[in-house]
Order: sequence, then C-alpha cells, then structure tokens
Amino acid sequence: MIFAIAVFAPLAGSLISGLFGRWLGDRGAQAVSVILMLVAAFFGVVSGLRLLTGLVPDGYVFVGDWLHVGGFQADWSLRYDSLSAVMVMMVTVVSTLIHIYSIGYMEGDRSVPRFFAYLSLFTFAMLMLVTANDLLQLFFGWEGVGLVSYLLIGFWYDRPSANDAAIKAFIMNRIGDLGFALGIALVFFLFGSIRFDTIFADVVAQNHAVYHLFGANLHALDVIGILLFIGAMGKSAQLGLHPWLADAMEGPTPVSALIHAATMVTAGVFLMVRMSPLLEYAPVALAVVGIIGGTTAVFAATIGCAQTDIKRVIAYSTCSQLGYMFVAVSVGAYQASIFHLIMHAFFKALLFLTAGSVIHAMSGEQDMRKMGGLARLIPYTYVMMWIGGLALAGIPPLSGFFSKDAIIDASFYGRGGGYACICVELATYLTAFYTWRLIFMTFHGPRRGDAHVMAHVHESPWVMRGPLAVLAIGAVFGGGLLDHYFVGTGQRAFWNGSISTVNDPHILTSIAHVPLFIDFLPTVLGLLGIATAFVMYMLRPDLPALLAARFGFIYRLLIHKYYVDELYGAIFVRPYHALARAIWHVGDEDIIDGIPRGGALLARGSAGGLVRLQSGSLAQYAFVMLIGLVVLISVFLIFR
Amino acid sequence: MNWIVALPEIVLALSGMAVLIAGVFAPRPGAFQLTSMLALGALLVTAGLVVIAPAGVGYGGLYVADAFSRFVQLLILAGAALAIILSLDFNRQEAELARFEFPVLILFAAVGMMIMVGATNFMTLYLGLELQSLALYVVAAFARDSLRSSEAGLKYFVLGSLASGLLLYGISLTYGFSGSMSFAQVARALLSGTPSVGLVIGMVFVISGLVFKVAAAPFHMWSPDVYEGAPTSVTALLGSAPKVAALALLLRVMMGPYGHLLSQWQLLIEIISIASLVVGALAPILQTSIKRLMAYSSIGHVGYALMGLAAGTQSGTTATLIYLATYLFMTLGSFGVIIAMRRQGRSVETISDLAGLGRNDAGLALAMTIFMLSMAGVPPLSGFFGKLYVFLAAVQSGLWTLAVIGVIASVVGAYYYLRIVKIMYFDAPVRAFDRRSPSLSFVVAASGIVTVFFIIVAGPVTAAAQAAALALLG
Repeated sequence: MIFAIAVFAPLAGSLISGLFGRWLGDRGAQAVSVILMLVAAFFGVVSGLRLLTGLVPDGYVFVGDWLHVGGFQADWSLRYDSLSAVMVMMVTVVSTLIHIYSIGYMEGDRSVPRFFAYLSLFTFAMLMLVTANDLLQLFFGWEGVGLVSYLLIGFWYDRPSANDAAIKAFIMNRIGDLGFALGIALVFFLFGSIRFDTIFADVVAQNHAVYHLFGANLHALDVIGILLFIGAMGKSAQLGLHPWLADAMEGPTPVSALIHAATMVTAGVFLMVRMSPLLEYAPVALAVVGIIGGTTAVFAATIGCAQTDIKRVIAYSTCSQLGYMFVAVSVGAYQASIFHLIMHAFFKALLFLTAGSVIHAMSGEQDMRKMGGLARLIPYTYVMMWIGGLALAGIPPLSGFFSKDAIIDASFYGRGGGYACICVELATYLTAFYTWRLIFMTFHGPRRGDAHVMAHVHESPWVMRGPLAVLAIGAVFGGGLLDHYFVGTGQRAFWNGSISTVNDPHILTSIAHVPLFIDFLPTVLGLLGIATAFVMYMLRPDLPALLAARFGFIYRLLIHKYYVDELYGAIFVRPYHALARAIWHVGDEDIIDGIPRGGALLARGSAGGLVRLQSGSLAQYAFVMLIGLVVLISVFLIFR
Repeated sequence: MNWIVALPEIVLALSGMAVLIAGVFAPRPGAFQLTSMLALGALLVTAGLVVIAPAGVGYGGLYVADAFSRFVQLLILAGAALAIILSLDFNRQEAELARFEFPVLILFAAVGMMIMVGATNFMTLYLGLELQSLALYVVAAFARDSLRSSEAGLKYFVLGSLASGLLLYGISLTYGFSGSMSFAQVARALLSGTPSVGLVIGMVFVISGLVFKVAAAPFHMWSPDVYEGAPTSVTALLGSAPKVAALALLLRVMMGPYGHLLSQWQLLIEIISIASLVVGALAPILQTSIKRLMAYSSIGHVGYALMGLAAGTQSGTTATLIYLATYLFMTLGSFGVIIAMRRQGRSVETISDLAGLGRNDAGLALAMTIFMLSMAGVPPLSGFFGKLYVFLAAVQSGLWTLAVIGVIASVVGAYYYLRIVKIMYFDAPVRAFDRRSPSLSFVVAASGIVTVFFIIVAGPVTAAAQAAALALLG
C-alpha cells in the first residue's frame, strides 16, 4: 500500500500544480509538487528497504482492471520485487532532488506551475514503467515518459530550435516504439499473455518456437528480443537512434538531468533487464545488444571529445554510458547493468546540475570556448564538477569505479564479450579525456568570457547547491556501499530472483578472479585520459588546434557527429519531404481538390446550357415537350 | 347512389358559387376582403367534412373517398387556404389584383384538385384536371394589365392545352385497347397476358400529360416563365397545392389502372425523375430571380417525389406522400418570405435583394434559413425526412442509380440553397424591406413551425401516409 503511495503521489502533484497552478501561483505549485515528491521519496525508500531487507515478501499491488478482450488481459498493478524497488527508490530520490533544484533554476520563468506539473507527471510515468506487472503497463509508462520528454524538450515553445528538437525526439522514439509494440504483439502471439510471470514461466517451453519470416525460419525468442531491443535503442539513444539525445539539451537543464541522464533514457536498459528471463534464451539478440552497445560507447565518446557545448558533451557521455549498460546486458551481467544505471543516475545528474549551475553563473552561456577560469569564482560548483567527473571516469574509490569495473570485468569474461570489452576499455580512456577537457576548458585557463558576463558570475543559491551535495554523496560513497549487494557476494539474496542469469550464473563470481591487468586497466586508462587532457588543455593549449589542423578529416567528422544528421536528412527527411510535397500538390491540390473544383465547373457549365435552352419561345417549349414524348416512347419501345 | 362520398367537393363547389354571388353584391372596396374570408371559411368547413365524410365508392364507380384521397385533399385544402392568406395583403398592394374573383377562382381550382384526387375513372380525372387548370390559367393572368402576367397565363394555357391533348389521346388509346374508362376495369384488363403496344403507348401519353402538370423535366419548360410572370401570390399557389394534387393523381393512375405494368413504366418514371433532378440541381445555380430559382427548385423536388413513385411499392407511395406534405409547407413558407420582399410599396424579386436580411429582419431571415436548409435536406428539418424516405424506398426497390443521382443532386442543390443563406447573413445589407403584414407573418411562422417540428409529428404523419398508401394499393 505504501508502495502505491510512492507511485501515485507524483500524479497527484502533477494534477494539482497543472490544473490549479493558476490559482496556486508559482510558489504554491512548487510547494505542492515538491512536498508530494518528498512524500513519494519517503514511501518509495521505506517500502523499498522493507522489501530488500526481507521484511515483506515479493508480490504486486493490484490497482484496477484495465483491458479484458477475449484472451487478452491487462490490469493496472504495481510489481513489487527487488528490481522494481531499486528503480523506484532511485527515481523518487533523484526526481525529488531535481524538483528542489528546479525551484532555484526556474526562478523567474513564465510558466513555473506547468514545469512542475510536467516534472511530476514524468516521475509518475517513469514509476508506472518500472513497477509494471505486464508489458502493456510498461508500454503505458514508456509512452508517458516519451510524451513528457517531448513536452519538456519543447518547454520553451517559442524557440524554434526547441520545437524542432522536441519533434525530433518524439519521432526517433516512435521508430523505436514500433519495434517495441511489435515485440509486445509477438509476445502475446507466442505466450498468449503479456504478464511477466506468465511469460517467464513459459520461456523454456517456447524455446524451440520459430517464425516463418521472409522465407527463413527465425528463432521466435530472438525475434522478440531484437524487437524489444529496437524499442530500447530508441529510448536509450543507442547507435542509429541516438541523434535526438544531444538535441534534447534544448530543454531546461533540470530536465536534461532528470530525463535525459538519470531516468528516462535508462528505461531501455531497464526493459532489457526486466526481460532477462526471456533474453537469456535469445543468444542472437544478446549478441546484437553487445555489438550496438559497445559501438555506441566508443562512438558517442569520440563525439563528446570534440563538442564545445557543455551540455552536449555530457549528453554524448550519457549516450556512451548507456552503451556500457547494454554491454553488461549482452554478457548476462544484468546486475552490473543496473548497478551502473543507479550509480550513473547519481553522478550524471550531479554533472548535469553542476553544468546547470555553471550556465546559471554564466547568464545562460553554454559554449565552453567562452568560459575558462571559473574555478576561483564558483569554487563550490568546481568541486562538485570534480566529484562528478571522477565518478564518471571510474577513478577509485568513487561510485563509477565499482560499477564500471564490474561491467568491464564481466565483458572480459562473458561469451562473445571480446569486441565489447575492447570497446568499453577504449571508451573509458575517452571518457576521462573529455570529462577533464570539459573541466579544464570551463574552470581553468584564461577567462575567455565576455567581461560583462564575467562580472556577474556568482555561486547558485542554496536551493540549487543542496541537491548537488546530496547527489555528490551518492556519487562518492554509493559504489562502495552497494557493491556488495548489487554485484558482490550478497547479490543473489539481494535480487531475490528478479533477474535471471541461467546461461552463465557464475559470471559475477568470476569477476573477482580476473587477471590483475584487467582489474587495473580501467583505472590506468582513466588516469591516462586525465593526463592527456591536462597536457592538451593546460600545458600546451595550442595542441588541440594543431591536431585539428593536422587531422582535419577526423576533426570535422567528430565536430559534425559523424554526419549522422546529414545522412538521415539525405536518406529520410528530404525524400520524405519531396514525397509529402508531391502528395500535397498532386494528390491533394490537383486530384482531391480538383474533383470538386472540376465538378463545380461542370455544374456551372451545364447550368449555363440549361438556362440557354430556356429561351421564352412558346413554340420551342412545345417542341421540347413533343421531343420528350417521342424520346419516352422510343425508350419504352426499345427497352420494354 | 352513394352521393355522400363527394359531399366535401359538392359543398366546396356550391360555396364557390355562393361566394361569387356574395362578391357581386358586396360593396366595391371591401369585396376582395369579404370573399377571401368567406373562401377561407368554405375551405375550413370542407376540410372538416373531408375528415368526417365516410369512405366509399360512389357515382357508379366514378368517384371514391378513401384514406388516400383524404390525406391528399387535406393537404390541398391547407395549401389553398395558406395561398389565400398570402394573397390577402399582396393583392391589396397591387391594386388590380384585389378583385373578388380571385379567391373564388382558387376555390374552383381546389374543387378541381379534390376531384382529381378522388377520381376512379379517366373521365372524372379529366374533368377535375380541366376544372383545376382552367381556374389556374385565369389566375396566372390575373394581373391583366401586366404584360408579364398575361404572357405567363397565355403560355400556361397553350402548353397546358397541348398537355391536355396528349392526355386525352392517351386516355382514348387506353379506352380503345382495354374497353373501359374505369380504373378498376382497366386494371383487370391488364391483369392477364402481354399488354398490346397501343395500350402502353397510350399509357406513355397519359404519363406525359400528367407530368406536365407537375412540371417534371422534360415537360417543365413552362414553369420558370409562368412562375416568374404570374403575380407572386399566384406563384405561391401554383407551386404548392396543384403540384400535390397532380402528383397524387399520378400515383393513383400509375399504381391503379397501370399498376400491373410497373415493370413497363418504371424505367420511364426513373428517366423523368433523373431529368428533373438534374434540371432542379443545375439550372438554379445561375438564376438571379428568386421566383425562377423557386421554379427550378420545385422541378427538383418533383424529381425526388417521383423517386417514390418509381419505386412502385407501398413504401415508395408512402415516401412520396410524406415528401409532398413536407414540400407543401416549405414552399408556402418560402413564398411567404418572397412576398415580404417589398421596398417602398414595390415588389423586388432578385436574390441579391435578400442581402443583409439577417440584420434587417432577423425573424424573417431565420425562417428563410429554415426553409432553405429544409429544402437542402438538412436534418432534423422536415425536408430531410422526405428525402430519407424516398431514398430508402428507391434503394429497397433496387433503384441504385436513381438513389445515387438523387444524393448527388441534393449535394449540388445544397449550393444554391446555402447561397441564399449566405447572402442573407454575410452580404452587405441593402435597405430594409417594408413592414410585413400579420397575415404573411402567420403563414411564414406556421410553415416554419411545421418544418422545424415535423420530427415530432413524423410518427403520426407517417402512419397516415402508410394508411393512404395502403388504401391506394389495396
């Protein structure tokens, strides 16, 4: 019951501040939504801890009937197991912190109640997603977070770029959602149910089912796994469906932190983990997940090395880190995946909010080339950025070290992990490099900013700095505290069967026995990345320009994000525009409009003819009558 | 001899003569007023008699009173009465029209129409038709100093005579090949065997003569000229009761004596219906005179009414009767509005004169909108139900072509009906019309109420029409 309060309190907050924001005022709407979020976080953490400490058993909270159509059945209910509980705790806590941070960040905005209504609605949708007891409710939450993401990216709807970014995110997600929806349909087709328990109990029996598609016999579970992964790719911005994430930075920074770093984009990872009992029997799908995940990790990291917008660097970093999580999924180390997901939520939210603090200090400036030398002006933010950076780079003993290390070790051991392992090692080096490139460009070196702006640089108010401190605590100590439960020896009791690892049940225990060089390699690579950044941006600031000139092709490739947007524009957008224009001009204007227009002309022409016949001459009228009679008689004699 | 079956007609004919004599002796200035009131009284009494008179066949099978004749005769009496009320004010304004013969002629025309509806013999039919026609020829030319009115009357008379000739020729052929003038005996003669060519050609002549009276294409050419030329109060009459009477007569003849030849004449009626629908849909588009527009519009309505006849079933007959009932009131109401179109004592007749009526006289504009929308067949107005029933009947009889053309025609027709609404509400206002008389307002309001609230009485009206159709098909 208290679990349900945690889920529905944000909905209440959203409805109240959304519908009555006009009367409540900015302060009132903020107060209502923040208080209800605090309630949700409290009950979320309490109910989660009760479950995880074994006080109460697994189960689910029945909320109400939804759809009963023939053999199809979907109900509203909240799943209550270790995986859901962990996610609920993370989502409610991070979301609450970001709600509080937003009070300061959105100060003076024109539509504060709307912003808080969206944030709370997002939280509700995300909670529905992670507590879903069947695929349809998961899809409901999935679409809900997609919708709110669209609304929040386009929050400043008078900016054309924000609207474009919102539409882009929505469409890219739609492509993935199509795969997800097809996957759900196939699941129902195969298992006759979309309830997780029913599906998971029946997986082994359906292992030999095949689909006849395109003249080939395809392993049914692999097809389902790949379709679900396509959905996950859209939501989690994996290679191919990733361009929307960087553009999504058009939204307010707290949105980037909550939705596009900590929670929504991890929904794809969550889906994979939730479906682990099925994916364990879909080897091809897992291999695909590993290849895409590993490639994305490196691909996005390289782009991050060349971006100059502070938020975009972190956005590509998010993309890259999500690749890590998928790599963990592909080798069967789902626990490590969730571990990294939770740790990432803390340190990435911290990084984003810190970036928001920098932007706040710089009066809205996001270009790192116009920053520099801020360390002394905003020391608190500077420290926070260091903490987030160290955690992200996986430097011990911060949280990122534990979770990332688990993934890298698992990928070293996991079947088919060779390629992914190389990818994530490489990405580790790049991650450290671009993170310190960001820190050095922003906080060190000469002050490149406009004198007027620099004069106003100031530390953010406490309402923004407080959440940073809480997140920083999580980023520093989270890994060390939770390692034992998430991936260590306590993991079996901790997860309590909510994650399946039938293929390789011992992958997590084998992590402890990796060769020494694998154990130390990530840390060494991370330090190496920091050193590289130090050389390039502190010791020899002329070096980046030299390299850019020397390797012009690679530099252009990176700065243009591998020309993916341009490629999509050429392949999809422009032909689609041409087709739409053709259908508009030819199909609609010429044919569809032409029929009534031609009909009208015909009617007017015929009317003119009929009117001309009406000459007023009596003889002619009599003649027409007799002709009519003759015609009638002829018709009669011919056709009777 | 069961003479009582014709009691209403006898009473109406006698009162017509009495009113005439009263008019002769009445003091000059008030004679028109007096005879009009007396005529209205006579129509009311006759209507009462129609309701209470017993049903039955009389005069050796020449005449019948049944549910069918009762239904149609009440419509005719209502139409004649409303036409007289419409003329009360109009005729007084046009000095030469305010003569006491006017209502008397309408009474005689009404007698003729009632006889047409009750006829069960070709001779009775012809007598009724001619009585009606002669009276109408005279009223069409009633403004005898007006060139247009005289021309209209003359055209109507000459072409009407031609149609009468066709009808008489058809009747004689029918008599020659079947050996009888009685509907029942002709029907019996046609019951067995293949009908001879002469008989069916005679039937085509009869059809031609009768559809002239309803102004169905291609026998419609007279109607726009006559509608436009005749005084508007006469046009209102011409457009209403005589059409109802002639269509009822057509129903009686086609479903009665020629009923067994349905398969033979169905195609003809379809062709006439389609031709009328096309003319009624297209020709009004370019009209500038509202009276000519109404003439073409009524040709279209006849086309719809004929769809029910073409169906050749009881439901088709019912549909036609309902259509006629709705049509009568829509038409009289619209003509009430047209008669109200008068500036500084002079009638104006172009469509553009309606501009800005929505602002100048909201009530009148609302009424006209109701009539136009109803004619276009917009639910829930009465015109919608009329169209609904005829389309249903046509579809049930498998006449898909006819039904589809009917639907297309009503879409095209909606254009000029809506154009009038648009002109009234959206065009720049011209000067307001003169004050409308209470009698006009009464007719417009009454017709408007019937048109709007038909949906409430649709059940009883449909039941009465079904009873009438049943009486006809027996």
